[in-house]
Amino acid sequence: MLQISKLTKQFGSQQVLKGISARFPEKQTTVIVGPSGSGKTTLLRSLDLLVRPDSGELMFDDLKLDFSQPISSKQRNKLRNKTSMVFQNWNLFPNLTILQNITSAPIHVHKVAVDQAEHQAHKLLQEVGLDEYATAYPHELSGGQQQRISICRALAVQPQYILLDEPTSALDPERENQILRMLERLSNEGNSLIMVTHNMQFAKNVADKILFLEDGELQFDGDKEAFFSAKTDRIQQFLQGVTLN
Amino acid sequence: MWEIWSSSLPSLFGAMLKFTIPLSLLSFAIGLVIAVVVALIKFLPVQGNRFIKLLWQGIRLLVSFYVWAFRSTPLLVQLFIIFFGLPSIGIKLAPFTAAVIGFSLNTGAYGSETIRSALLAVNQDQWDAAYTLGFSTPQTLWRIIMPQALRIVLPPLSNEFIGLVKDTSLASTITIAEMFQVSQQIAAQNFQPLTMYIEVAFLYAILCTILSTLQHYLERRSSKFVQEVSH
Repeated sequence: MLQISKLTKQFGSQQVLKGISARFPEKQTTVIVGPSGSGKTTLLRSLDLLVRPDSGELMFDDLKLDFSQPISSKQRNKLRNKTSMVFQNWNLFPNLTILQNITSAPIHVHKVAVDQAEHQAHKLLQEVGLDEYATAYPHELSGGQQQRISICRALAVQPQYILLDEPTSALDPERENQILRMLERLSNEGNSLIMVTHNMQFAKNVADKILFLEDGELQFDGDKEAFFSAKTDRIQQFLQGVTLN
Repeated sequence: MWEIWSSSLPSLFGAMLKFTIPLSLLSFAIGLVIAVVVALIKFLPVQGNRFIKLLWQGIRLLVSFYVWAFRSTPLLVQLFIIFFGLPSIGIKLAPFTAAVIGFSLNTGAYGSETIRSALLAVNQDQWDAAYTLGFSTPQTLWRIIMPQALRIVLPPLSNEFIGLVKDTSLASTITIAEMFQVSQQIAAQNFQPLTMYIEVAFLYAILCTILSTLQHYLERRSSKFVQEVSH
């Protein structure tokens, strides 16, 4: 299981994470919510070391990272081999075809045979109804299609955890629904997801656990029923604001 | 005029094949290698202990000095220092070698900044996406960043190559009988400088047109993954 303890991160004079501790249970969906600038994305990126916390610890199975000490590339790779991230703007590699986008990491990082990686990629593409685009380049696809490909790319490395950073916020409502249905399916199939989202309805549908962050501090850590029925003023205020929006 | 042109063309063409083209190709190839190495030294962050970081800073300072020195002084002066200046400290070079060294170092200095700017122009998100999939820095650079940077770097780098082809005429000042010097020699014999220099200008223009065509071909090939933009 992935756990963090007392994570801190400062950008310039701004303290973005103020000693966050949390557990991310396997085969569950943890949703991180909070107002803009609360540190949600920084927290998520810390879990994949795209942001290096200043202090605190990260524990993942037998791996233990103490951020007050230097992190070796071996430790970093070990963590990244267990996780994979889906970005808000999908970040597909524009110079590679759709098939190459999905197979590049299995082939070059995990040393999977080309045939096997391509077979697996076609299977994933068929599942999302985009196999006919295997030889296309990302710019030939719509935003929603690109996001589905980026989820396939994340799944292709068979990560223990999939990290998703506002995966639908750059999409129109119709395409947003397509992605949300796909993520709901992944969640129901027992994948371990950690997701930052502003979509409270979706959080209500798929989350097993909610982390509510504000001003770099964890204000709530518990199951979704407890969150949505929370009586604290701040959570009520946040939920009302989100609903109104 | 046609008679002068046709009688001098074989000599000029010979000088082009013997010096102008080899000098340009060799200097650009070596300059490109220098440019890539220097650009990567200045671009890549260093990881490791304090000693490695200090060493890397020292190397960075050294290559920054090299880029500054060659961008801040005229190419002609650089050629003179290498060919006429270095013998006074015991380094005597053949004219062709001196020219290749001068042109390569000059191309390397300018090219390094062009390549570095292309690497910087590739979105940071691409690094993040590659890292999160487990790619190492060299793998990310080679498979993801460089192919995208190549598309960006082609036009300015082609410009530099075309500039270099024309700059090889400066090699005439260090006794190399390249195309321009041969035209000077013939003009001195037939007293027809205007005719001769127009002819040599025309030959340089042909060479550069071929390179421009090649540039457009390479640009099309390297842009196949980019959406066409109508202007």
